[in-house]
Amino acid sequence: MEPILYKVFGAVVTIILAFVVGMTYMGLSRKITARVQNRVGPPVYQNFLDALKLISKKTAIHHGIMQMMGPAFFMVTSIGSLMFIPVLNDGRFFSNLNFEGDLVFLLYLMVFGPLGMALGAGQTGNPNSAIGVTRGLSQMVGFEIPWVMALVALMIQYDTTSIVGLMEAQSASGTWLVFSSPFAFIAAVLAMLGMFRYSPFDIVGAPTELASGPVAENGGKYLFTMMSSNSIFAFVKLTLYVDLFLGGADNLIELLIKTFAIYLIPMLYGLVSPRYRTEQAVRYFWGWPLFFGFLAIMYAVVF
Amino acid sequence: MMNDKNSQKIVDIIQNYARLHSLFVLAYGTGCGAIEIPPTMTSRYDAERFGIRGAATPRQADVLLITGYLTTKTLKRVIRVYEQMQDPKYVIGFGSCTINGGMYWDSYNTIKVLDKYLPVDVYINGCMPRPEAVIAGFVKLQSLIREGKAEGAKLYKDNLEQYRENQKKVIPNWVMPEYNW
Ligand code: SF4
Repeated sequence: MEPILYKVFGAVVTIILAFVVGMTYMGLSRKITARVQNRVGPPVYQNFLDALKLISKKTAIHHGIMQMMGPAFFMVTSIGSLMFIPVLNDGRFFSNLNFEGDLVFLLYLMVFGPLGMALGAGQTGNPNSAIGVTRGLSQMVGFEIPWVMALVALMIQYDTTSIVGLMEAQSASGTWLVFSSPFAFIAAVLAMLGMFRYSPFDIVGAPTELASGPVAENGGKYLFTMMSSNSIFAFVKLTLYVDLFLGGADNLIELLIKTFAIYLIPMLYGLVSPRYRTEQAVRYFWGWPLFFGFLAIMYAVVF
Repeated sequence: MMNDKNSQKIVDIIQNYARLHSLFVLAYGTGCGAIEIPPTMTSRYDAERFGIRGAATPRQADVLLITGYLTTKTLKRVIRVYEQMQDPKYVIGFGSCTINGGMYWDSYNTIKVLDKYLPVDVYINGCMPRPEAVIAGFVKLQSLIREGKAEGAKLYKDNLEQYRENQKKVIPNWVMPEYNW
C-alpha cells in the first residue's frame, strides 16, 4: 500500500478507536456512578444513544460564527493531539506523527481545546458560560503547573523531549516510570484530577450551579461535537499517561486495562467528593501537587 | 437511493429509537408537584435507567416537564423556555393543575388548561402523581415517540397564531422575541 494512504487509514482508525473507547468509558462511568449510588443506572451504550439523538435534533440555533467555531476548534485540537500520541508500543498500525520535542508541542496543543471552547462560549452571551470560562481558565492555571513540572522532571531525567524517547527509556531500563520517577507520577496524577473535571473539580460545568457552564447555550450538533471531542480528548489524556508512566501497551487489551485503571482514579475520587470553590481548587493544586512537582524535579536533577 | 421513502423510514426508526432512549428533561418546577421529581431521578426510582436525565438548560433539553399549576407570571417564562428548546421537543403536563386547574380551578391568577398555551404531548394526572406515575408517563411518551406521534412542536408551529392569541389573552405586557425556529 502507498505509505501516505496507509497513514491516512491509520489516522481514521485511531480516531474511531478513540471515539468508541472514550464514549464507552463515559458510559461506564455513568454506570459505576449509578451502582455506587445504589441505582441500576443507564446501559453502558447510553452515551452513543445520546450522541445519536443529539445529531438527529432537527434544529440547532447559534448566536454567531464563533459559537460554531468553538466546538469545531475543540474537535480539531482533540484529534490533533491524538495524532501525536503513540497508541501502541510498536506503532505499526496506528498512525503517529511524533517527532523530537513532541512532548513540549503537546503541552501547548492540549491547552487549545478548552480555549476554543472558551471562545465559543463567549459568543453565546450567556452569563453562566462566561463564569464557567473564567473558572475553567483559573483552574487550568492551577493544574497546569504541577503537570508541566512533572513532565519537565521526566525530560530532565531521561534527557529527551519525545514521548517515544521516554517509552524507549522505559523498555530499555525494564521498569515503568511510575517506579523510576514516582514523584513525577504523583504530581501528574494529582494534576489529572483537575484535567478530567470530575468533582471536586467540576467547577466549570457545575451542573446545579452554573447550568453546565460553557456549554449552556449549545444544543444539538454543537453539544454532540463537544461531547465527542471530550471523549476523544479523554482517550488522549489516558493514553498519554499510560505511555509516559505505565510503559505503554503492547496490544489493545493491555491498553484498555491500563487506561481504565488510570481513569478510575479521577472518577472514584470524584464520586466521594463534593465540589470545591474556584479558589479552593487552585489552592489545592498549588499545595501538594506543586510540592511533588518540585520534589520530582529535584529527584531528576540529583539522580 | 438516498431520498427514497423507505430509506427515510429506516432513518426515522433509528432516530426515534435514539430519541426515545435519551430524553433530557428540563424540569420546570412551577408547583408543588416538583417535589416528586427528586425521588424519580434518584436511587429509589432511578429514571436514568430509561435514559432519562436532567438537562441544565433549555437548549440541551428534549422534554419540558411542567410540574403543577402555572401562574400567569410563570407562564410567560415557561413559554420563553419552550421556545428556546430545539426541535424535536416534547411537553409533559404533570398533575391535575395542568389538565383542568386542579384545586386552583377558581384561582384568579393561574391558568387552567395548559394545552391552550403550549402543546402538551402527555398528561400525568394525580394531585400529586407518585414517581411510578411519572415514570409511566415517560414510558407513554416513549411509545408515542416510537410511533412518531409526539408531534407537539409541529402542532405549535402550525397553529402559532392561535397559541399566541391565547397566550396574549392572559399575559398583558407581551415583550418577547419572535418564535423563529
Ligand atoms: S396538581 Fe396538586 S400537587 Fe400538582 S401542582 Fe396542582 S395542587 Fe399541587
